[in-house]
Formats: sequence, C-alpha cells, structure tokens
Amino acid sequence: MILSLISLAALMLGGVLVVLTKGAPVWSARAGVASAVAGCVCGCIAGFQALVGGRTESLEIPWSVPGGALHLALDPLSAVFLIPITGLGALCAIYGAAYFQGHRDAKGVALSWFHYNLLVASMIGVVLARNALLFLVAWETMALASFFLVSFEHGKATVRTAGWIYLIACHLGTAFLLALFAILGERAGSLDFAAMAQSGAALPASVSRWAFVLALLGFGTKAGYIPVHVWLPEAHPAAPSHVSALMSGVMIKTGIYGLLRMLACLGAPAPWWGWCLLGTGLVSGILGVLFALAQHDIKRLLAYHSVENIGIITIGLGVGCIGLSYGAQGVAVLGFAGALLHVLNHAVFKGLLFLGAGAVLHGAGTGDIDHLGGLLKRMPVTGVTFLIGSAAICGLPPLNGFVSEFLIYLGAFQGVASSPGVVVAACVAAIAGLALIGGLAAACFTKAFGVIFLGEPRSEHAVHPHPASPGMRVPMLALAAVCVLIGLSAPVVAPGLANAVAGAMNTPPGAARAGLNAAVSPLAWVVGVSAAGLALILVLAALRKRLLAARTVGAAGTWDCGYVRPTARMQYTASSFAQPVLDVFPLARGTRYRQVQPAGVLPAPVSFSTETKDLFRNRFYEPFFKRTAEVLSWFRRAQHGRVQLYVLYLALALIVLLVFGLK
Amino acid sequence: MNVLSLTTLLLPFVCAPALLGIINKTKAFFAGRKGVPVLQAYFELWKLLHKGAVYSRTTTWVFRAGPMIGLACVMLAAALAPFGGVRSAIAFPCDLILFAYLFGVMRFVTVLAALDTGSSFEGMGASREVAFSALAEPALLVGLAAVARLTGSCSLSDMFSGLSLGTYLHAGPVLVLVGGALLIVFLTENARIPVDDPNTHLELTMIHEVMVLDHSGPDFAFILYGAALKLWVLGSLLIHVVAPVRTGHAGLDIAAALCAMAGLGVLVGIIESCMARLRLVRVPRLLMGAVVLSALAFVLLLR
Repeated sequence: MILSLISLAALMLGGVLVVLTKGAPVWSARAGVASAVAGCVCGCIAGFQALVGGRTESLEIPWSVPGGALHLALDPLSAVFLIPITGLGALCAIYGAAYFQGHRDAKGVALSWFHYNLLVASMIGVVLARNALLFLVAWETMALASFFLVSFEHGKATVRTAGWIYLIACHLGTAFLLALFAILGERAGSLDFAAMAQSGAALPASVSRWAFVLALLGFGTKAGYIPVHVWLPEAHPAAPSHVSALMSGVMIKTGIYGLLRMLACLGAPAPWWGWCLLGTGLVSGILGVLFALAQHDIKRLLAYHSVENIGIITIGLGVGCIGLSYGAQGVAVLGFAGALLHVLNHAVFKGLLFLGAGAVLHGAGTGDIDHLGGLLKRMPVTGVTFLIGSAAICGLPPLNGFVSEFLIYLGAFQGVASSPGVVVAACVAAIAGLALIGGLAAACFTKAFGVIFLGEPRSEHAVHPHPASPGMRVPMLALAAVCVLIGLSAPVVAPGLANAVAGAMNTPPGAARAGLNAAVSPLAWVVGVSAAGLALILVLAALRKRLLAARTVGAAGTWDCGYVRPTARMQYTASSFAQPVLDVFPLARGTRYRQVQPAGVLPAPVSFSTETKDLFRNRFYEPFFKRTAEVLSWFRRAQHGRVQLYVLYLALALIVLLVFGLK
Repeated sequence: MNVLSLTTLLLPFVCAPALLGIINKTKAFFAGRKGVPVLQAYFELWKLLHKGAVYSRTTTWVFRAGPMIGLACVMLAAALAPFGGVRSAIAFPCDLILFAYLFGVMRFVTVLAALDTGSSFEGMGASREVAFSALAEPALLVGLAAVARLTGSCSLSDMFSGLSLGTYLHAGPVLVLVGGALLIVFLTENARIPVDDPNTHLELTMIHEVMVLDHSGPDFAFILYGAALKLWVLGSLLIHVVAPVRTGHAGLDIAAALCAMAGLGVLVGIIESCMARLRLVRVPRLLMGAVVLSALAFVLLLR
C-alpha cells in the first residue's frame, strides 16, 4: 500500500511541478516525464506484490464527506489492472518524451505532461478507491484529464469535435454510474464498497436487475461496448499516439474493472446477466473487427480493434458468469481467467500497435494506410515490433494473445464436453464467435501490416520516412518482448492469476487455483509445441541455406503478368483488400463509394475513394441528437438576451414561489 | 511413444504427396487421359529442391520466412492429428485449438509473403484467402465442438478414438452433418474446386495459387510440400469423422484409414471432374452453409 501511495504522490507532485515550472517548458516536460516514470515504476512493483502475494492491503482515513471514509485498498483484482496501467504508463511516458521532441508548441507539450500525470494518477485512483464517492472523483478526473489530452491539437476542427464527443459520452456514462451508486448506497446505508458488497447478497432481484443494467451501460460506455462505443473511434485517433496507446490499452479497461467490482456487489449473478454479457461481447467483438476492417486510417482501425478486444474480454466474462450461475465452476474460472489475462495482454499489444502507428505517423507524416507501403525496409524496428503486435492481437501462437483466448476456449470446450444443455449453448456461441473474430482479425492485421510495411511505397510520404528515435524504439521493443514473454511463460502466468480470479468471482482462492491448475498442462504443451516449431523453423532455414548455397540466387522485378509498366499505385490497397470480406457482411456495410468514371476517348483524370463512417453514429446518434436539439431549441425563444425580460422572469418566478409558499 | 504412434506420425510426411497423385489420376480418368504418374508430386519436389531461386527486389525477409514458417506449422499440425485410432504423438486437452490456430499462423505468413511482393495479383489472392478462411474457421471449430460434445472430450486423439462405426447407430445424423461441414472446410482450405481451381491458368481467378506466384526453388518446394501435408491432415480429420473404422487391431485400423484417405482422393477427383468452380461471390454462401451444418449438428446434441 505504501508503494502505491508513493506512486500516487510522485505522479501528483510531478504534475504540480510541471505547472510551477511552466516558464521553462523543456525542464517542465522533463520533470513531468521523470515523475511519471518514477510513479509508474513504484505502482507497478506494488501491483506485482499484491498479485503474487494475494494479500489485500487497505488504508482507511475518516473524512468529513458523507457516506463512509476515505478508503483505498489494493487487492489482487485491482493489481491486475494496476500493473498494465503503471507498466504502460511508464513506457508511454518515455515514448511521449521522444515523440514530442522538437515539437513547436513547447508550452503545450509541457502542460500535456500535467494532464498525463493526472490521467495515470486518476486511473490508479479508480482501481484503488473503495468508496463510491472517491471512485467517482477519480473517474471524473480521469475523464477530464484524458479530454484535455485528446484535444491536445485543438487547432484542428476534427480534434475539437472528437474531444466534445468524448466528453459528452463520458458524462452520459457517468450519469448511469451516479444512479447505480445511489441505488446501491441507499440499500447499504453507506457508499463504501465493502458495505455495498455485504448488503449485495440480500439485494432483491428487482433492484439487482436494474443495478446490473446501469453498471453495464455506465461502465460499458467507458469500455466501448457497441452501441455505446461511438466516442472511441473519434477520440483515439485525435490524441497524440502515446496517449492513444494509454487510453486504448488501459483506460478503457477501467470500464471492465468497474463492471467486475460492481458484479461483486450485486450478489449471485442471475443467468441472464451472463447471457447479456456474452451477447454484448459477441456483438462488440464481431462488429468491432468488421468496422476496423473497413477503415484505412491506421489509428481509427486500431481504435475499432479495441472495441473488438473489449468484446473478447466480455465473451470471457459472459462464459464465466454463465458457468457461475449454472454451477460449472471449472468453466467459470477459465472464463474469468481468460478475460483478466486478455485485459493485461490487450494493454501490451494494443499499446505496442498504437506506439508503432505513432512512429509511422511521425515518420511518414500520414496515417492513411493507402498512402503507405514498403516501410519495413525503411523502419525495420517499428516494422518488426508492429508485426509481433499484429500476430499477438490476432491470437496467434506462441504470443500472448493466444494464451488468453486459449483460456477462454479451454473453458468453453470444457463446458461443451461435460455440462448440461444451457451452458453448452453459451459455450458453443463463444467458440463460434471467437473463431470468427480470430479469422476477421487476421484479415484486418494482414491488411494493416501488409499494406503499411510491405510492398512498394504508394506515395511520396512513404519513400523517405524519418526512422523512429531511440526513445520511441525502446518502449516498442520492450512491449514486443513482453508479448513473447507472456506467450512463452504461459504455464506460470495463468496460475498466477488465481487470486485475482477468485476476487472477481467472489470465491475463495482455492477453487480458482484448482480450476487454473487444469490449464497448466495444456499451456505447457502449447509452449512445448511452440518451441518445437521454432526448432523446426531453424532446421528448415538451415536446409534452405544449404540448398541455395551452391546455386544461383537471382533478383528480379515482381511477376507482373507481362505488363510492361507496372507502378506502385497498382498494388492492392487497404480498401481493395478488405472489400471481399466486407461484402459478405451486409450488416456492417456502411461504406460510401465515390468514383469518377473514365469517359470519352481522352478521359480526364479519374478517381475512386471509399469511406466507412460509423453505422451507429450515422444512423442512431446523429439523428437522435439532432432531434433532441430541435426539440430543446424551442426553449431558445425564452433566451433572447433582453435584460428586461429576464428581470420579468425573475419576478414571475418569485411571485409563483410566493403563491406556493402562502398556500 | 511406441512404434504405432511413430508410424502414424511419419505416415503423413511420407504419403501426403501421393494423395495429390490420386486426385490427379482420378481427374485424368474422367477426362479420358492417361494422366501424370501418381508419384509426380515427389518428382516435382525433388526437382524444385535442386533449383536456384529468384527473388523480387520488392521483397523483404518476410517473403523468405513465409514458406519456412508455413511448413513448420503444418508439420506440427500433422503431429497433433491422430490417425487410424492411434493416439497422435502430441495429445493434450484442447489440442484442437492449437491445431486450428497453427493453420491460422500458416495463413498469416502466407498472406504476408504474398503482400510482400507488392503485386496486385497476389494481393487479390491474399484478400480472398483471408475472406474465405474467416468463415471456414467457425465451421471447423463448431464442427469439432460437436464431436467433442459427442465423445465428451476435447483432445483430438480422445475424440477420434471415441468414435466408431457404432456411433452411427445413435448419432448418425451428427456425423453426417459434421462430415459435410468438414468436407466444405477441407475443400476451401486446400484451394480445391468448387472454391478455387488448382489448375487454372488465369491469375485473376486464382486464390491460393496466385499468392505463391513469386516463390521459386526450395521455397516453392516448401510451399508445395506444406500444401500436400495440409491436404492430408485436414483430410484425415474428415475421414475420421465420416468413416471411424475400429476393428480392435491397430494395424487394420491404420490400413482402413489409409484406404479411406485414398477414397477421399478419388472423391475430390470426382468433385473436380463433375463441377465447375463457383463464382467468387457465391463462395461465402457455401461457407455459411458449412457453418450452418456444424451448428445443426450441435443442435442435435443439445439434449
């Protein structure tokens, strides 16, 4: 606990220092980065201690605010979220320092570190808070700090729009949470989470039902479930890349954390909760990856992929809850464990991919995939780390993404092989969904990596990109190493989650440990097979080298089917690559094609472009808010700026109140 | 590892290219030709292994690593798949997930190697490959989940040794439905008619073949051998569901499975002789059909 408090203090003091020294922006920024890294390292150590030790440390200080004490605690469940928050927080700070090097707005950069430190501190606050009021304060601080970071380049209109959408979405989400905490707090007689958990067991179904729906909507908005995900593809591309990495990698996970924490306060889960989570997960996962496929802005694509991964996490939670409510303990443990591990894994590979996207954006000056190409030769480190991240996010063995998906699959197959009917139906839905998501994710990331890094440059942007500076390369290399490391140490990592899984399921750790031990042997086999595969690849490489040693190895142009003047513009683009997949799913097809056809004997220049806007934003939110604005604009008649009339309103209001008062 | 599992481990590596020969012989028979020898694929591999290579100047190490990683993956998958009721060399709970994902890795590297050439033809093939396999994946896993439900275990070896011809008596429709789904997955994943035509000469219409246009020499040998192994491994999955012959004698079981594999080769040859390739826009419907068959098989087991 001491360490996590030191971490919070370092982050906050660093933030204050940034503001105090803003006269010397360079030093101010350095102070911000240094304190962020120092604070995060302390926090990360505290997280590991709590996760491995399995103890809960808490701090309770009475305060004058109603509804309980200032209560902070670090238990294994919080630790699972604390570790990625602080780990990624430190790496993104190092990256950000290099990313902002030589930025023309030095003062803005310095101030952004204040918001960065505040964001990390508030995220730590969210996972440590054990009092609803404290939680909400941290939650709001997190929203505001990230709002300022998103609107860092507020000179651009698109960034401002993105910022506003984000701010509104955040506050609508918080509105649901206020209602949730009011209901639970009123029942428990205190705003302390421990009191809420105690009264939760006796909660009548009519109350817990609504509490669950409120939690799902409120936390789901932050997590980015479809259809409340609309802020995500707007805000993430607008923010500076290291902030996008932090937001996408860990901030949206605080939604998952909140959901888990509240589930523990609602008593035994009703069966339909599990189904609801599973359905939400499947919809978010499948639609998220389909929308991602349709994008050709790299950061927008990654943002939609976060929706997909949140979907995978929720599929795991759904399987876990269904297992829990039908008494299939083994299935439940593996479902929750897969979900929690995916929280960690997604932070690692999505952080890596956003940092890679930032390096591309920084180096080539554009994030439009269709204008890039051939960057692997020009930016080898970014390319290789991006490839590792891509393979990990597609869930390919032996990387970390596979391990967490494997745990969910393991739970689902255990359910399929030996459970009564209802659980089986849920499990097979999870299996089919994960398989489809995996296939589509592979399509999406072969597209992203293939079009950005392979082939020939499609425009001038990609011909001479600046290589990433060492400060940007080190965090990417570190995250790529973690992807491999978690993948290869899976048999050790999975049982290490037992305490956190027990916390999420509200069961003693023994049961969770037993459930996870069942996964150790398959995971060991997976690692063994991966090692054998690596050896096999080396053998084949040696064989190939020997075979080619004595023979001619020529170099030529790519086979062009006899065409004499091929150009780089003729390569397949992101849009053309994704088109066959998108054609299969008409539901997700909101793609607008704009083309100028060649006409006449001497045709004028022709063009073709595609754009896929968010289906929900276009069809639902925009009409909805437009209509609301229309209705509410009626009140504008009363707001015309004439002081005399305002005085009249005051007088009228007073008279009405007086009349009521006299009655 | 005893002699039997060693034998079944080596079988695919030795026999896989012959399956291609059987398919081609059948097609030649239907066309009234004599056809190439059954062992033609071995000769071709031998020839390719002794050639030099030509690389496009656009390509990077990804292009060179693709065939090696692809072949390694399918070799591991072959070691995971049981044959003729004998346990596979590597068997553990839920190994079928790793089995399916190894093919995922193979596809990932093949597609990237294709995109590395910067050719629009190869991009075209890659794009179709990922589109179709994304739909084939759920069909395969749900189909296997149905077998897992039927046999109460989720390791490939236990699943297939739990099946026998007697299973047809109480769960015949399940086996037939899963078999149908797996046949479609098998034809899709191995780029056979009606999804893809291995003999086409027009780059615009190809899927798998066009992705490997630029590979040559030993790299291409790795790809051909990998494709033959994949045909064998996925085929063995299919025949173990449809024709689970269990006599109680391991040698006889293996012999029966070998006969079934040859039969599968003939069946593919017949399909390719009697059918034309589907239009590309129709292929997803076929694959959705496979998903539906698998799901239907599962529904029958939900009792």
